[in-house]
Amino acid sequence: MPLDKKIDELKEKRRKAQLGGGEEAIEKQKAMGKNTARERILALLDTDSFHEYDLFVEHDARDFDMHKKSLPSDGVVIGTGTIHGKPVAVFAQDFTVAGGSLGLMHSRKITKIMDHALKMRIPLIGINDSGGARIQEGVNSLAGYGEIFFRNTISSGVIPQISVILGPCAGGAVYSPALTDFVFVVDNISKMFITGPEVIKTVLGEEISMEDLGGARVHCETSGNAHFFANTEDECFDQIKALINLLPPNNESRPEKVEIAGPKAEFDINSIVPDDPTLPYDVKDIIRAVADNSEFIEVQEMYARNIVIGFSRLGGRTVGFVANQPLEMAGVLDVDSSDKAARFIRYCDAFNIPLVTLVDLPGYLPGVDQEHAGVIRHGAKVLYAYSEATVPKLTVILRKAYGGGYIAMSSRHLRADFVFAWPTAEIAVMGPEGAANIIFRREIMSAENPDEVRKAKVEEYKAKFANPYVAASRGYIDAVIEPSETRKLLLHAIEVSENKDVTMPRKKHGIPPF
Amino acid sequence: MEKQKDLGKLNINYTEYTTRLSKKFTSRKPFKHETPGHVSSFIPGTVVELLVKEGDSVRYGQELLVLDAMKMKNRILSLWDGTVESIPVKPGDKLPKGAVLMVIKVG
Repeated sequence: MPLDKKIDELKEKRRKAQLGGGEEAIEKQKAMGKNTARERILALLDTDSFHEYDLFVEHDARDFDMHKKSLPSDGVVIGTGTIHGKPVAVFAQDFTVAGGSLGLMHSRKITKIMDHALKMRIPLIGINDSGGARIQEGVNSLAGYGEIFFRNTISSGVIPQISVILGPCAGGAVYSPALTDFVFVVDNISKMFITGPEVIKTVLGEEISMEDLGGARVHCETSGNAHFFANTEDECFDQIKALINLLPPNNESRPEKVEIAGPKAEFDINSIVPDDPTLPYDVKDIIRAVADNSEFIEVQEMYARNIVIGFSRLGGRTVGFVANQPLEMAGVLDVDSSDKAARFIRYCDAFNIPLVTLVDLPGYLPGVDQEHAGVIRHGAKVLYAYSEATVPKLTVILRKAYGGGYIAMSSRHLRADFVFAWPTAEIAVMGPEGAANIIFRREIMSAENPDEVRKAKVEEYKAKFANPYVAASRGYIDAVIEPSETRKLLLHAIEVSENKDVTMPRKKHGIPPF
Repeated sequence: MEKQKDLGKLNINYTEYTTRLSKKFTSRKPFKHETPGHVSSFIPGTVVELLVKEGDSVRYGQELLVLDAMKMKNRILSLWDGTVESIPVKPGDKLPKGAVLMVIKVG
């Protein structure tokens, strides 16, 4: 056969395989408001950058008449390409082929691209859209999941791993996204759960819709399983592109330095924080007032809003911000916010991303529910994550830093490299009201006019301790700075920390309080 | 500043803070002590069989009923010596977690 005929044959084979489950199945996929696996990859990657592998892979299952069924590419698309010119590895499950079910060859394609991503030290992006295990392939399908989970774990902290849930992701399949760094979901399209509504109804008699059980919003607001919420697939891809652009491709790389752009003028750092420490403000305004271009990519925006985490650039380099949010629950640390912050701190530490911590918190949230939910062990995660982190750690105390919250939020005692405080900072064992009530209890109780004496004592305590100067006199903070000096000092601190090198004791791994 | 109307008050260490309150916080359930004599389901399930009837005297550790949950037939034991005062459930009832299965008059 002449070459041009052979090329035609190849083209025809490609065309057939790339049709996936066929036109009817594609129509169904579209009717659900979803794009096909290949369309998704093309939308996510730079134009003409995608190269597909294993297009002609097919299963060889025999039981239950499977040998009579052809499943093009075995229901998953794998390949490599670029995002903003940076190489990435991708897989996308194809729901039009046997519901994107995971059989042995399907899993081998996924693990092949995972191995590739790890070996090449490039980010891995997995698009999940699958009905679950391919039941006909039995334990081979379970083996496939296990092989994926193992690789997710081994690659963790070496290359960024991103999961995109663009359809159902149910049962054991959810554990691959759960082991990855960032989970992206889209409203009305993403569905994640271990046991579905039907099983829950049969076994427990509880009735719930799929959306209320494991929809995008639930996982962003309630469970904390997802990190980024989008209204459409396109918005979701834009979010992924922006994130990939900021992240180093692996743990041996450092964030690249891009051109410096200052914050936008509309964020005036001097006018954001109210003087009264009991009044709220949006700490994201502070982040935007110091970050390059006022850009901030927030992670888990809708979950445990009392702490804000996310990425910005400072002086052209990626940094991770961790900030108490006085606007939500007064910025307290609690079970969920501790969990959220600790994981993010470890992410930044793993990928050489300097941490900038903005402190303004009244302490930990009191309550039986918090204590019984384990606020002790969850709160300990924050201490652990900050102590263990060896990336540059910069801390700015904006206002309140009371008690255990002061220690936990990247204090000098956990080896912060630079601790700055604004003149509005109050670094004390607790707020003036609480402290005065305890220290001057007798005087207040025995006074003829306890309320007046209490007020006077609160003022006395405020004057003495509600400031940054006691901590400054001990060297626990390095400098008291004007708010307008914040950006300049942070940029300088990052520059100074460029070659930071600390040696930790040799160990296999620590035992964080997960 | 954000809209003032969605702001509430949160008291931490005798200081009242003006802030938004989370749904989780405002909908938290107040802590309740267990009522002595109330036998309740520790897991959602279906009542299979009652092993005692109203008026029976029961001993600590005696089997009271069988609750089918997660493919297991759980034998629910009495935590008290006493008399069965009432049985608000019957075989076949599907129950949520924490439902009262039986009330025992302790002593």
